[in-house]
Amino acid sequence: MRIDVNDGRCVGAGQCVLNAPGLFDQDDQGMVKVLDQHPSGPDAAAVLQAVDMCPSGAIRVTGF
Amino acid sequence: MTIQDTGVTEFPVRKPDVPFPPPQYADFRDRDGLVRSVLPTGCPVWLVTRHEDVRTVLTDRRISSNPSRPGFPNVAVTGGVPRQDQIPGWFVGLDPPEHDRFRKALIPEFSVRRVREWQPTIQSIVDEQIDAMLAKGDSAELVAELALPVPSLVISTILGVPPIDRDFFESRTKTLVSVQTTTEAERDVAVRELLRYLERLIALKQKRPGDDLVSRLLANGNLEPRELTGVVMLLLIAGHETTANNIALGVVTLLGNPRWIGDSRAVDELLRYHSVADLVALRVAVEDVEVGGQLVKAGEGIMPLIAGANRDDRNFGCPEDFDPGRSTRNHVAFGYGVHQCLGQNLVRAEMEIVYRTLFERVPTLALDTTPDLLRFKHDGTLFGLHTLPVRW
Repeated sequence: MRIDVNDGRCVGAGQCVLNAPGLFDQDDQGMVKVLDQHPSGPDAAAVLQAVDMCPSGAIRVTGF
Repeated sequence: MTIQDTGVTEFPVRKPDVPFPPPQYADFRDRDGLVRSVLPTGCPVWLVTRHEDVRTVLTDRRISSNPSRPGFPNVAVTGGVPRQDQIPGWFVGLDPPEHDRFRKALIPEFSVRRVREWQPTIQSIVDEQIDAMLAKGDSAELVAELALPVPSLVISTILGVPPIDRDFFESRTKTLVSVQTTTEAERDVAVRELLRYLERLIALKQKRPGDDLVSRLLANGNLEPRELTGVVMLLLIAGHETTANNIALGVVTLLGNPRWIGDSRAVDELLRYHSVADLVALRVAVEDVEVGGQLVKAGEGIMPLIAGANRDDRNFGCPEDFDPGRSTRNHVAFGYGVHQCLGQNLVRAEMEIVYRTLFERVPTLALDTTPDLLRFKHDGTLFGLHTLPVRW
C-alpha cells in the first residue's frame, strides 16, 4: 500500500491523525503530513478508515 | 404525506410530541431521488437524507454555501442569529477559493496537537464549574451551570479574552443562544454588544499582542482586522450552543446507558446519535447536478439532513441503537467537505473531559425529573435541551 496526499486539498480537519495516529500528523500549518508512506498489516485498515473519513479527499491510496 | 398533484412533501416540522430525528426521514431515505419540500419560510428545497448523497452534496464543487446566491434556502430565524452572514469574515458562507484563505489561517489553531495542548485548560474550566455546582447544594440545572459556560469559557480563553471580561462575554453569548428566554430585540442588542466588544478586543490585541488566537491571526496578516471580527464571532457562535447541546444530551443518553460511561468511544457515537446540527448545512446548486439519481437544477436550494444521514442503515448497522462499540465511524455530525467543522477536535475534547469529570466527581448523578418531562428544543434550528435538572 502506498499513501499519497494532496495538501492543496487538505482542510486540516485532523480525521487522519485521529484514525491512524502513527501514520499521519499535521504540520505547523495544520496540514496533513504522512509519517509512513508504505504501511502494511493492521495499519492498512486504519489508513482506509482515514481515507473514508477525510472530508476533502486529500488522501489517496494505491496498491492494496 | 405527498400532495399528489405537485409532488411536494410536507417539511417535517418538529413538534414536542414527535421524536427526534423525525420518523419521516426513514421514509425519505427509501424514496427514489431526493425529496421536494418547502421550508416553513416558504422556500422550496430538495431534502437529502441518505449518507452517501449528503456527502456528495457537501463535496460537489457545483454546489455552493454562499447565502447571497439566488435560490439559497432561507430558514426561519428562530434559534439563529439574524444577519451574521452579512458580517465580513463570516466564511462559512463563502465557497472556495475565497473561503480557503480564512480556513487556512485558522487550521493550525484547531489541529489535533493544538487541542491536546488546550486539554489542561479545558480540564480546569470544567473543574471550576463542577466545584461551583457542588458547592451550591445537591441539585443543579446542568445546561446553565455546565453545558453552556464550558464552551464559552474555553473559546474565550483561546481567543484571548481577558479574564476580567469573561463574565460579560459569557452572559452575552448566553443571551444569544437561549431562544426560550430571549426576545429578538434582546438578541439584537447582544449581537451588537458582542461585535463592539470584539472590535475593541481586536484593537487591544493590535496594541498589546498576547499568546492567543486573535494576536496570532493579526500577526500573520492574512486577514484584515475587520474580517477578524466576523471570524471571531463565527468561532464563538459555531462552537457554543452546538457544543452545549451535545454536552447536555450526552449526559442524558449516558445516564440511560451507564455501561458506556468512561468509554471515550462514546463521544463520537453521541455526536452521531444526537446530530444536533441537523438543519444547518444549507446549499444551492450553481449548475445542474445529479444527486442520488435526482436532477437538481441550477438555482435550486438543497438541505442535507444531517440526522437523516447519521441514521442511514445503508451505512450504519442498527442506526437507531446507541452503540459506541460500532466500527463505522464516518458520521457527518460535523458536516463533510471543506466546511467540515473546524473546531471538531476541540468539541470532542470538551465532551470527553466534561463526561469523565462529571461522572467521576458526581457518581450519584441522576435526572431530577422524569425523561418524558425533559424540555427539548423543538423550536430551534439546533436540536438540544432547554434545561437539564439533575440531582446527586
